[in-house]
Amino acid sequence: MSAEHHAPANATEYISHHLMNLRANPALEATDPNNIHLDTFWISLILGFVFLAVFGLAARRASVDKPSKFQLFIELIIELVDSNVKDIFHGKSKLVAPLALTVFVWVVLMNAMDFLPVDLLPKVVALFGIEYLKVVPTADINQGLAMSLSVVLLSVLLGIQAKGLVGFVVEFFTAPFHAEGAVMKIILIPINGAMQLIEYGSRGLSLALRLVGNMFAGELVFMLIALLGMGWTGVNPGSILGALGQLVAGSAWAIFHILIVILQAYIFMMLTIVYCGLAVEEH
Amino acid sequence: MNINASLFLQALVFAVLVLVTWKFIWPPLMATLDERAKRIADGLSAADRAKHDLELAEKRAAEELRKAKSQASEIIAQAEKRASAIVEEAKDAARVEGDRLIAGAKAEVDQQVHQAKEELRQHVSALALAGAEKILRKEVDAARHADLLATLKAEL
Repeated sequence: MSAEHHAPANATEYISHHLMNLRANPALEATDPNNIHLDTFWISLILGFVFLAVFGLAARRASVDKPSKFQLFIELIIELVDSNVKDIFHGKSKLVAPLALTVFVWVVLMNAMDFLPVDLLPKVVALFGIEYLKVVPTADINQGLAMSLSVVLLSVLLGIQAKGLVGFVVEFFTAPFHAEGAVMKIILIPINGAMQLIEYGSRGLSLALRLVGNMFAGELVFMLIALLGMGWTGVNPGSILGALGQLVAGSAWAIFHILIVILQAYIFMMLTIVYCGLAVEEH
Repeated sequence: MNINASLFLQALVFAVLVLVTWKFIWPPLMATLDERAKRIADGLSAADRAKHDLELAEKRAAEELRKAKSQASEIIAQAEKRASAIVEEAKDAARVEGDRLIAGAKAEVDQQVHQAKEELRQHVSALALAGAEKILRKEVDAARHADLLATLKAEL
């Protein structure tokens, strides 16, 4: 794979190189079910530990009387999550609030990897002979789907916990379309079942695709902006204009991206709570 | 979009993070927040209670003060009444005593006058008798006319 070590020949190669995950088994295709994206795994794991360490530290040092500024900041996030959970989720489960907190902070951290210069981490690991690195785990569909499918699965389990297995199955086949007579109810069973299947499936898909799509597009825009300055051919008007363009466009996009990073994490968290809340509510 | 086994790996990572947050991070932070909220509520209610107590105490103090004032004025009035009564009593006693003294003095004077009169009468009668004796020496036998003499003495 010596071809990967020299500078990219053109923009297409540069971008496609950046969009390639670091695979556990480079010999296999990325779409091979046995392959694993090591960059997504390690970066998300490290960021997850950062989240646990920061919040764990706050939890360990939590003081009722004299909260530090750090503790107050952590409490601000906790209160944000907790108030939303209390408003939306009316079930008994104590899992939803920690789940929402984890989702929010972890996704913010993973999205925030976008703020690092697009070439910084890939160049650093290239020094150690690692060819590919995609630094934003949430731009990896595996990460998004892993979270969204877990959330949908959990919402199903919460529904079963709240209504019982029988109650859940009955509701699965009698909603969203309700009927009075027994005959009509039987007729509606396949329709309701299909509707519910579509509903759960679309929840998982939309949750994942919204986040991954946003982050993927954001990352792509950063790469395109990076291309502006890469056309440097010496001190000439075209190169200087390109460099200036990268500076201005990069700054503007990064500032705008702060909003997207927080907003997407917030939306993911809110929808997580909403889906869990819908699961335990009677139709 | 390359979906592969990373899906399960990332779900596993997610599950571990959620479990750790659920068991070790959320409860202590939430407990801190609840405890603080409770303390604030307690403090506020304690402040309310203290304010209420203060109001009650002020009311009671005013009441006591008012009572004490009325008691004091009552005592003063009583004392004044008593003082005037004592003065009246003293006046009466003095008057009675004066009257008594005057009466005593009068009686004494009367007695002395009476005594003087009696003495005078004795003297006059003695003188009269002596005169009469001298006049009647020859004709009057003292023993024979004792009754007459005594009657004369008494009439004088």
